Amino acid sequence: MNANDVLLKVVGLKKYYKDGAVKALDGVDCEIHAGEVVVIIGPSGCGKSTFLRSLNLLELPTAGEIYFEGDKINDPRIDINLHRQKIGMVFQQFNLFNNLDILSNITLAPMKLLKQSRAEAEKNAMELLERIGLPDKARNYPSQLSGGQKQRIAIVRALAMKPDVMLFDEPTSALDPEMVGEVLDVMKELARSGMTMVVVTHEMGFAREVGSRVLFMEGGRIVEENEPNTFFASPATQRAQDFLSKVL
Amino acid sequence: MNHLLLDVGNFSEQFKLNFIDDERWKWIVQGLLVTLEITAVALVIGIAIGIVVSAVRSSYDKNKETMKARGGVGYALLSGANSVCRLYLTIIRGTPTVVQLLIFYFIIFSGWRNGVPVAMISFGINSGAYVAEIFRSGIMSVDEGQFEASRSLGFGYLSTMRYVVVPQAFKAVLPALGNEFIVLLKETSIAGYVGIMDLTKAGDLIRGRTFSKLMPLIAVALIYLTLVMVLTWALGLLERRLRKNER
Ligand SMILES: Nc1ncnc2c1ncn2[C@@H]1O[C@H](COP(=O)(O)OP(=O)(O)OP(=O)(O)O)[C@@H](O)[C@H]1O
Ligand SMILES: [Mg+2]
Repeated sequence: MNANDVLLKVVGLKKYYKDGAVKALDGVDCEIHAGEVVVIIGPSGCGKSTFLRSLNLLELPTAGEIYFEGDKINDPRIDINLHRQKIGMVFQQFNLFNNLDILSNITLAPMKLLKQSRAEAEKNAMELLERIGLPDKARNYPSQLSGGQKQRIAIVRALAMKPDVMLFDEPTSALDPEMVGEVLDVMKELARSGMTMVVVTHEMGFAREVGSRVLFMEGGRIVEENEPNTFFASPATQRAQDFLSKVL
Repeated sequence: MNHLLLDVGNFSEQFKLNFIDDERWKWIVQGLLVTLEITAVALVIGIAIGIVVSAVRSSYDKNKETMKARGGVGYALLSGANSVCRLYLTIIRGTPTVVQLLIFYFIIFSGWRNGVPVAMISFGINSGAYVAEIFRSGIMSVDEGQFEASRSLGFGYLSTMRYVVVPQAFKAVLPALGNEFIVLLKETSIAGYVGIMDLTKAGDLIRGRTFSKLMPLIAVALIYLTLVMVLTWALGLLERRLRKNER
């Protein structure tokens, strides 16, 4: 995978609910290149989550095409599970597995799907836990962790699969304010290490600091996209100006 | 006043009459064994049916959108199986257990002379409907987010169920499953309707012989009560063990 290769490509993506009465996505076209950190912003209900969740087919599109590393993944004949191994996802609600301790949360997928040995998977997991400063939590259960800790674990659980791209859906929105920073720090470090990331967030500071591109969505479409400094300094569309004046 | 338990002399007399004479206690023991056998086999049948039916119902609910989009025979099969399961649940839960037992004994298995296996099957099929709904509620109690997280890592539907959903669902349903076990044990007391000598019928037969109203039936009630209390205690122990593993 070279830098600037097209990693994800979306063509004419539509997602309708209630027989078309709700148009969550109404024709989205987009390319995401290797090494990019794409930040998606927009008002509530504009389709950000639906778009992100379409990228790994948690949502089935009503129309359009989604390509990952050149393969059309919304083709019924394709084994989506294999592609999902390369697409990490982090959710607003963390979604750690409550029946497993932290170490097993991280090692489950590498052991079962990548056929890593337990020793190998646990070694990788411990390295990842060191990286986020939580090695002493390896044998704890999710219920014993704070929200910020859970979210950092959720990030490394996805990283343990060595994905080519990481999707984040409002990863800090469910956190108490004092824990937002620790999660953003992990994400910034990840961005600087060269990981391709697609991030839905309300954290404009994050977008400015590490974002390589901002997508502004409204009404199920991408209304404006630009490099963050330009976008925040002088948004081109009236709608983006209105939105920014409310959130900044 | 000859049936008052408080009268000690009368008590031992009555006890001898009802349980010692003609070795009538053996009826009670045999009846108890039949009750336990029917309950145990019916429970196993019920759990087996419950697993299959809840698996069909919940995988239909979770996968119908994807499978419909993909089309083909898979969706038709699953949706057909789902309809059959729903019909089964409606019929079993909508008719009295004793009527089901009579239908099984006199119509479906009318050629079978021994009622015990018929009762096992009948109670098993009955219990399966309730167990299925217990399992399904357990599966639904595991939040959708964990399911999606597992899918997003690349696990398929079945692996997700196996590693993430079912272990948590099992813990969640244990109290309800234990309760169903207790209900089943007591419900087998209608087996006498098809000529089976279970615990209840044994007590009733003794009553018919000795004309003692009180003692045989109270004895039977006490045995049921003891069984239920032992079961409740054992299930509580198991639950606490499972919960400790989590922390
Ligand atoms: N399962 C569904 N059924 C019907 N409508 C839905 C469903 N899921 C989403 N929608 C609708 O689709 C639109 C887009 O939803 P989406 O969750 O993608 O918005 P969002 O931009 O992520 O919003 P938020 O910032 O609040 O998370 C909304 O109008 C929402 O109500
Ligand atoms: Mg959203």
